[in-house]
Amino acid sequence: MKNKNKKSYLINGLALVLLFILLNVLIKNNVISRYYQGIMVFVFINVIVASSLNLTIGFLGQLALGHAGFMAIGAYGSALFSMYIKEMALPPTALLITSLLVGGLLTGIIGYLIGLPALRLRGDYLAIITLGFGEIIRVIINNLKITRGAHGLTGIDKLVNVTNSFWIAVVVIVILYAIINSRHGRAIMSIREDEIAAEAVGINTVKYKSMGFTISAFFAGIGGGLFAHYMAYLDPNTFNFMKSVEIVTIVVLGGMGSLTGTIIASVVLTALPEMLRGFAEYRLLVYSFVLIIMMIFRPQGILGRKEFSINGLIKHSKNIIKKTGDNAEGGEL
Amino acid sequence: MLQVENLNVHYGKIHAIKGISFDVKQGEIVSLIGANGAGKTTILHTVSKMIKPSSGSITFKGQNMSNVVPQKMVEMGMAHVPEGRRVFSQMTVQENLEMGAYSRKKNKVEFESDLDEIFTRFPRLKERRKQHAGTLSGGEQQMLAIGRALMSRPEVLLLDEPSMGLAPILVDQIFNIIESINKSGTTILLVEQNANRALHISNRAYVLETGKIVMQGLAKDLIENDDIKKAYLGG
Ligand SMILES: Nc1ncnc2c1ncn2[C@@H]1O[C@H](COP(=O)(O)OP(=O)(O)OP(=O)(O)O)[C@@H](O)[C@H]1O
Ligand SMILES: [Mg+2]
Repeated sequence: MKNKNKKSYLINGLALVLLFILLNVLIKNNVISRYYQGIMVFVFINVIVASSLNLTIGFLGQLALGHAGFMAIGAYGSALFSMYIKEMALPPTALLITSLLVGGLLTGIIGYLIGLPALRLRGDYLAIITLGFGEIIRVIINNLKITRGAHGLTGIDKLVNVTNSFWIAVVVIVILYAIINSRHGRAIMSIREDEIAAEAVGINTVKYKSMGFTISAFFAGIGGGLFAHYMAYLDPNTFNFMKSVEIVTIVVLGGMGSLTGTIIASVVLTALPEMLRGFAEYRLLVYSFVLIIMMIFRPQGILGRKEFSINGLIKHSKNIIKKTGDNAEGGEL
Repeated sequence: MLQVENLNVHYGKIHAIKGISFDVKQGEIVSLIGANGAGKTTILHTVSKMIKPSSGSITFKGQNMSNVVPQKMVEMGMAHVPEGRRVFSQMTVQENLEMGAYSRKKNKVEFESDLDEIFTRFPRLKERRKQHAGTLSGGEQQMLAIGRALMSRPEVLLLDEPSMGLAPILVDQIFNIIESINKSGTTILLVEQNANRALHISNRAYVLETGKIVMQGLAKDLIENDDIKKAYLGG
């Protein structure tokens, strides 16, 4: 068992490095232009934010509709912090990481406080609370002096690029994966399956629901921080209800309970509207349409609750080769 | 082993349990019988601390359980098989059993031997250990729900209508299993609508009507009681 895991880590790690080298080569040779690099950063940010939401929706089984609000807290929190400590002249990477962590922690704390009243109860109260919360946060940011309200926040250092956003997304996914496959992850999933049964086997359901939701908020905040330090400018209305819907759409499309599904859906739903620039005004329409089609043909999302793995793919193709081989032999007889 | 005194439970304005007292002694099978809505499930949920009573005391192994959380009850040796089985349907049979051992400190050897014990008791589960629990039949799910509860090594097992919705042969099987679990040393508090079967395996029983105990006694006496016969045993 252990050996198998090691092998799978090795293969996945190797694939990531190869992917990264490929990206770098393509960028160096100008195959991927600056414009496409920008899209890639947005893909990585969406991977982070959407997989954090997947922890709540897919693994905890609770609907949350205010993830843009958490992104906003992370974005403003980390941006204001990095502007504040600018004088310390930290190296850019250190500045970025500390700011992201500060933004993420702030978001996590607020997420914990928002989630607690809803998660103490059995049932779907989280959706309503987060929906209201997302809008309230936006209104607050729009009216605060320190965030410069509706004028938007300028003067943020542009610290994010394809390379660091790629690796931060990788780290986030690895951490989420580890959480989900831990004993705590099992407890979280058992609540999704049946809250009363989870309680009956001795799981502290309130604790695990809060924990899951707080982690979810934390990583949404990290995503927001990346966004801030890539855009170098923040407008509170970026984080409106439509943004939350966009993130939910990614999760639903990829499959609630599948991290790899979320990654695939992030690529598709981030790159597609950008590529079809003329189509951008119909974003809302496209998302609704995608959701309806999904509900009809594949309600469980692209991957359902399964995870895509290179190991699985190798095994699968080996099986196919073996089968066709067998058939071929059969043919000779 | 378990004493409940003067228990009152409200759901908002509904007074579901009206000053109930009962006790379960070590090694016994005690049944709570009564019609739909009598309050049987509510009592079990209150005993396992998943519902807060408005008043009354619960004493388990000599300790007052007033301010105890449900997880603690499991750790102290009380396992609750909830009404309607409630298996983790997207997890495999084996994963369900692993979740049952959740409250215990990790000990691989102990865990494996407990798992073996469950599989000996329920050979069907062994055949289906890699299968998703949601795809099991009703009877198999009930066995899994019981097996999952046993994985916490309980001293007292609370069973909420284990025979509900099962075919007669399976009902027999489930009642046999309950008896054998009791024989191997686990005290049992059983809630049933199938009063006949419940009384036949029980030492004592309490009869509930709309949140009150209307009769109690040795199971063998209650079986002979005319009122009981009329109301619960079909004449
Ligand atoms: N969550 C709840 N909210 C409000 N009332 C409830 C709730 N749960 C149970 N009740 C009420 O409490 C009373 C007792 O219900 P309970 O489920 O304990 O009965 P029961 O004896 O287990 O019935 P059954 O045999 O049908 O399972 C009923 O009148 C029921 O309507
Ligand atoms: Mg009931």
